[in-house]
Amino acid sequence: MDELLQEFLGETGEHLDTVDRELVRFEQEPNNRDILRNIFRLVHTVKGTCGFIGLPRLEALTHAAESVIGQFRDGASVSASAVTAILETIDRVKEIMAELADKGQEPPGSDEILIGELQTLAERARFELGQARPAGAPADPVAAYLARHGTPATAEDGLDLIFRNAPGPERGPDGRIDTAPRYDAAAEDTTLRESRPPGPATLRVNVDTLEHLMTMVSELVLTRNQLLEISRRQEDAALKAPLQRLSLITAELQDGVMKTRMQPIGNAWSKLPRIVRDLSGELGKRIELVTEGADTEIDRQILDLIKDPLTHMVRNCADHAIEAAAERLKAGKPEHGTIRLAAYHEGGSVTIAIADDGRGLDIARIRNKALQQGLAQEAEIERMSDAQVSRFIFHPGFSTAENVTAVSGRGVGMDVVKVNVDAIGGLIDIASTPGQGTTITIKIPLTLAIVSALIVASGAERFAIPQIVVRELVRVKAGADHRVEQINGAPVLRLRGRLLPIIVLAGLMGVTPKAAEDGFIVVTQIGERQFGILVDSVFHTEEIVVKPMSSKLRHIPIFSGNTILGDGAVVLIIDPNGVARQVGASVSTDMPEREEAAPGVSPAGERTTMLVFRAGSDSVKAVPLSLVTRLEEVEASGFQASGGRILLNYRGRLMPIVPVGQASIRSDGLQPLVIISEGDLTMGLAVDAIVDIVDEFLDVELEAMLDQGVVGSAIIRGRATEILDLAHYLPMGDPNWLRLSRRESAAASPHVLMVEPSDFLREMLAPVLKASGLRVTQTADFDEARHLAAAGGLSGVLVDLDRKPDAAFAFAAELRAGANGEHLRVLGMTTFATPELHARAREAQLDGIVAKFDRRTLLAELTDHKPGMRQAA
Amino acid sequence: MNGRIDQAANETAPSFGESLDYVTITIGEQLLGLPIGRVHDVFIANRITPVPLAPAEIVGLLNLRGRIVTAICLNKRLGRPLSLKTDCNGKYELTAVGIDHGGEAYALIVDAVGEVMRLDQSTFEPVPVHLDRIWAALAAGIHRLEDRLLVVLDVDAVLKIDLPLAA
Repeated sequence: MDELLQEFLGETGEHLDTVDRELVRFEQEPNNRDILRNIFRLVHTVKGTCGFIGLPRLEALTHAAESVIGQFRDGASVSASAVTAILETIDRVKEIMAELADKGQEPPGSDEILIGELQTLAERARFELGQARPAGAPADPVAAYLARHGTPATAEDGLDLIFRNAPGPERGPDGRIDTAPRYDAAAEDTTLRESRPPGPATLRVNVDTLEHLMTMVSELVLTRNQLLEISRRQEDAALKAPLQRLSLITAELQDGVMKTRMQPIGNAWSKLPRIVRDLSGELGKRIELVTEGADTEIDRQILDLIKDPLTHMVRNCADHAIEAAAERLKAGKPEHGTIRLAAYHEGGSVTIAIADDGRGLDIARIRNKALQQGLAQEAEIERMSDAQVSRFIFHPGFSTAENVTAVSGRGVGMDVVKVNVDAIGGLIDIASTPGQGTTITIKIPLTLAIVSALIVASGAERFAIPQIVVRELVRVKAGADHRVEQINGAPVLRLRGRLLPIIVLAGLMGVTPKAAEDGFIVVTQIGERQFGILVDSVFHTEEIVVKPMSSKLRHIPIFSGNTILGDGAVVLIIDPNGVARQVGASVSTDMPEREEAAPGVSPAGERTTMLVFRAGSDSVKAVPLSLVTRLEEVEASGFQASGGRILLNYRGRLMPIVPVGQASIRSDGLQPLVIISEGDLTMGLAVDAIVDIVDEFLDVELEAMLDQGVVGSAIIRGRATEILDLAHYLPMGDPNWLRLSRRESAAASPHVLMVEPSDFLREMLAPVLKASGLRVTQTADFDEARHLAAAGGLSGVLVDLDRKPDAAFAFAAELRAGANGEHLRVLGMTTFATPELHARAREAQLDGIVAKFDRRTLLAELTDHKPGMRQAA
Repeated sequence: MNGRIDQAANETAPSFGESLDYVTITIGEQLLGLPIGRVHDVFIANRITPVPLAPAEIVGLLNLRGRIVTAICLNKRLGRPLSLKTDCNGKYELTAVGIDHGGEAYALIVDAVGEVMRLDQSTFEPVPVHLDRIWAALAAGIHRLEDRLLVVLDVDAVLKIDLPLAA
């Protein structure tokens, strides 16, 4: 393309962006003539250039816009419709410029309507000016303007002076405003050029030149490092001093070059004022955008990446967060909402905060939505804090918007923002106060070109892992406190009571690892996900210059780039996102299934994490993971037979081992065990092999014959799987349990009614209660519970107090008042007992309140025949 | 370069441009030639960083004066077994021909680099039809030398390595 044209496009694009921004500002401060003058100058420059290069369509458009702006400058009142028309014109100009960049010439077409509109506006403004100016009054427009606004022109008013003296292109030699704008392009150009304020001296430099400079400096740094290495081994004082100087200069040069890559972050949000203005109109809200720290500098590359997410978030604020004016007034807030965008440096990173004073997040709705979408189990969500719940909005496909507006709410939302932020190694968080507003904070690195990286080794090779994702390092060793354990070949690490999935770096590289026992775990965090990367050794942290991967190697997902270390070796940089995706891929082989299953699932269905194992010839069995204490592989030679039972010396105690179903207890080799603890009893269930841990919607078909050790069966991963009845196995582990339950059954085992709306909790608690020799009847709703209670024969009732406390207390009171009510043990279950709840429980004559997850207390309370708090109260 | 030869080359063998100067290399017993205009430099590399999961032809990355260079084993590329020579200390001693392609630096690892030859257009012949499929795809033509044959490599074809689709 013509070089001249290219330059024109680049420069004009910048001018127009500025005009966009300034116009919005001007609309808010119609008395700020500085802004107006700036706009006028810019539009005029664009017009002049268009005429010069010979672009008639653009020239005509900008000319029409200029004449309207000119009238404003001379004091005509600024109407929103006029500003809209000018903004529209600028949009049209941009469209034409896009085609110009594409084809090298102006597209055919007519702008007559738009130009006509502008002319009408100009005409009207001119008429207004004519009216305002009394006949015979001074022709000076500034005086006219001042007269109209009633501000006396004092000599000290510098602005006015400047304004008065500023040459106006359409002012005739006599100081009068020409009624028909007539331009002497050449004369104007010179005057305008002279009046342009001297800005800081800048130079346009090709980005490639800067990139090249950057590469050369990186090489210089490497060479310096090599020299320093050599000088360390030699005692040559003459060499040391200049080398020291070289070192300093290199560092300074590196800083300087890095700075050339920096751009003020304001460039990323230069379009936002315009967007917010348009949105306010579209949504019928009054919204103000306040920006702070626009001059905070950030790497050009990151700036590009952060631009879209920022725009998206501001749109979100305007659409969802800020309420309509009437609603705001009702809530006692100022009529117009404010979106505050702030950026500042903090350590080696930049923090950007997007805050609004809108309605805040609807936590309850997010909770429901998260539950509906199966993002977490009900029990989990119930325990989550509001802050934790609000982070659900970062989950893929999560949107609470009920109606899709033109602005947002199309199901892509904050998740996309988060993916973008993750990709550049940033962090994102959200804080929200209902009715007060929401603040989203993004922390991003200053640059991607130089990152701090942890150098690790796997096999004979070294790799770099970006420090920003590294949470901690854990030394692992066979037999030590921290050791890598395996679940069907999948390595995991126990870290502070949680299981951390481990990825063996060598394995990822397609090399079969020798022994996965020794080494270091690099605990890595990507967004909410944590995993460990097992490496052989860890060296040190180094500032590395990231170079892009060769195009022939870019398809490998686990590397993000490469670098040269101080010793001259090329080292690959691990992409933690890529690694996380690799892990996700191996874990989520069931993803399509899950998606298919989700719509068909009954609303009552809930996810349960199940441990799947094989026991007996080919039968697959499963047990809720929440009931499993540990998984263990033990040497079968350690088993001891005693009194017809098999025992194992386990952690200093004798633990009974019971085979599950037809599983055989091995006589040699390794025996996989599922360890279960209940109260004081710990027992090991011998299984043939642990298969998997799955997260599934359970639809259990109950078995009629309960004493087979199976509660029922469910389809897990497309296979019929038997769900283990722990109540069957627990007594087998401990004869005392057996005796206890025999005695109890002789005395007709107590019958307990459990009213709990959560399927998950019912499923978890029922086997426990059964295991302690209770007969359990369970139901989810109170009406059915009433029927069951009316049938009689109950010795105890467990009532959930969380979901519908009023109904629960009413039901409890009914029970108490009913037949045999005095002797019934009625217990409330809650996840969080407050003093208030205790008070209400006393009122409703409950025997006590137990925490849902405290199985031991629950059992103790149920079997306790002494009168409880009811009598004490 | 002689203008007359240029013209002749353009008429009969446009596939390898105007250069009739070749850097000669050997792969096994075979003499091959690379158009001199495409060869950046020739160097010995003794440290190479293998890239896991990379295509088999790519043996790794080299540091050539601060530039990261992708090393391609020409033996492997020509369908022969991978050959990475090591010296008596087990260190690599790789003869590499540096080539720039599409703004990126590549190194062809070869068995040996010979002299630079200026050859006459008259000895040039197209690739024989029965040549091995891989060789046929990578060769631009053959030069009949007095005592042996020189296969002219098509550098762009050599560097066009089939990549698996990005995951």
